[in-house]
Amino acid sequence: MKTVPFPNAIDARFISASLGHVQVLNNIDLSLPAGQWTSIVGPNGAGKSTLLKVLAGLLPHTGAVALLGQSLDTLPRRRRAQQLAWLGQNEIAGDDLTVWDVVMLGRLPHQAWLAAPSAVDHLAVEQSLRATQAWEWRSRSLGQLSGGQRQRVLLARALAVHAQVLLMDEPLANLDPPHQADWLCMVRALIAEGKTVVSVLHEISFALHADQMVVMANGCVTHQGACADTATHRALEAVFDRRIAVHSLGQQWVALPRN
Amino acid sequence: MTVISHQQRIASLLGLGLLLTGVALIILGACVGSTGFESVGRAWSDPMSLLIVRDVRLPRTVGAWLAGALLGMAGAVAQGLFRNPLADPYLLGSASGASLGVALVLVLFGVSPFAAQWLVRLGLTGAAFVGAVGAVLLTLALAKGVQHTLRLLLAGVIVGVVLGAFSSLTMLMVPEVTQAMQAFILGSTGFVGWIACALMGGVWLFCMVVSWMFSHVLDGLSLGEATAASLGLPLAQLRAALVVVIALTTGTAVAQTGLIAFVGLAAPHLVRSVVKTKHARLILLSSLMGGALLMAADISARWLIAPQELPVGVLTAVLGGGYLLWLMHRSGGARPGAGA
Repeated sequence: MKTVPFPNAIDARFISASLGHVQVLNNIDLSLPAGQWTSIVGPNGAGKSTLLKVLAGLLPHTGAVALLGQSLDTLPRRRRAQQLAWLGQNEIAGDDLTVWDVVMLGRLPHQAWLAAPSAVDHLAVEQSLRATQAWEWRSRSLGQLSGGQRQRVLLARALAVHAQVLLMDEPLANLDPPHQADWLCMVRALIAEGKTVVSVLHEISFALHADQMVVMANGCVTHQGACADTATHRALEAVFDRRIAVHSLGQQWVALPRN
Repeated sequence: MTVISHQQRIASLLGLGLLLTGVALIILGACVGSTGFESVGRAWSDPMSLLIVRDVRLPRTVGAWLAGALLGMAGAVAQGLFRNPLADPYLLGSASGASLGVALVLVLFGVSPFAAQWLVRLGLTGAAFVGAVGAVLLTLALAKGVQHTLRLLLAGVIVGVVLGAFSSLTMLMVPEVTQAMQAFILGSTGFVGWIACALMGGVWLFCMVVSWMFSHVLDGLSLGEATAASLGLPLAQLRAALVVVIALTTGTAVAQTGLIAFVGLAAPHLVRSVVKTKHARLILLSSLMGGALLMAADISARWLIAPQELPVGVLTAVLGGGYLLWLMHRSGGARPGAGA
């Protein structure tokens, strides 16, 4: 276990948030340990994406969020952007930028205004593109890529920020099985570097690879615990109305539909 | 990296080509007019010909380029800011707002839209700017933001029609300005003098610098609003600055040349069909493209039925309408996601 300066990457206290007139999050209290991978799971409409946006400081809410021990309210925008990268779900991305330019946008928080990208920026972009196997398409425009290819480019964009904390909303969407497996290795590598990863996942078997799991339903957190813990498995089965069952398979846990 | 610089090379070549086209068209524009090509040849000996070339043809040709450049810039910034490929000074209603502003000044102060004094030009431009800002804000309020493409376009059309009706009403109530306004609403470069050119040039330079400085925001916004915010961009302030740029460019162009449609829409599309680039370059190239387009249209309008001339706004509306139809047909033919 690596030692990290803050025990928790994110501390959220009494979080409530509404979309339109509908209250989506109800009084959530949550601490996400630093240097670990936490996956957030739950049925559709549980408020997972909204929670992730609130934790990233992208949505108005009541309550307080602290990032690496600093309140998001007082943390300057730019400083927050350097420490926290956010990858959205179904974000409409323009088709006209090249892959290279898109990933270079991830370096914006580190660049001085109007300054040209430095050698460090170029290196970060290249590493991120290679990490998601998107390097070959760097000169193509986003409009020329398939859904899964696009997702890998957007993933590279988030990686290029080199943030301490990485929030990802459905990062496996549109990815084929080999690249889903690659994503898993990538997250493990990030954790080994001491980074914190939080991901919203619908692929429960992938989510069970995380260190920690947060189970959500109806805008509340119903359970938080280690993925290897049987209590977590029971909470997981309960939140999906016992339509799935968690089994052990070799060294892994898998969730399968219950007949 | 070599392929990246390939796109940059295309962008530079396109920019150079558009500049050269602009220069060639200015020379051509000096030669086209009701007194024919001979005026240029006689300009050195005949003071009347010199006057025609120097004070009539050249300023309106340069003015056509500048107005087109302003509209092209407005279109590129609007399309980036509203993340909507159909955003354009006309479809957002800002041009109608600008022309209403001009109409009100004409009626209230009894000036001619074609007066050449500094103060009058500045006043008309100011009124057009205020009208354009008002119209954009009205469109945004009606559309409840920019996310919904269809709602934004519908709101823009509604604002355009309603403000256009107010302009017509103003004209009807004060018959003295009717004829002047008619030419103005059809769009014409016929009354652009050097003062109007200087004004447009100044505004072009200012707005180009501002949009260049904020172009990274437009790049960020192309990844979606939340992603742009997650990158630490202060969206609210920068968005306000860019709305001012759109209103200032549209207002200035409309105050000098009246309503000239589709240049702002077509210029960025034409540039994007040639090169994929970031907004800093896209805005500059769209502006150069808009200038070349409007100047070419203006020369055609003067030449097609010479010695008579067509209002250039009519010509751009016909050509631009055709282009928009083709664009719709093309994007309608492609299945969603067929790019993969």
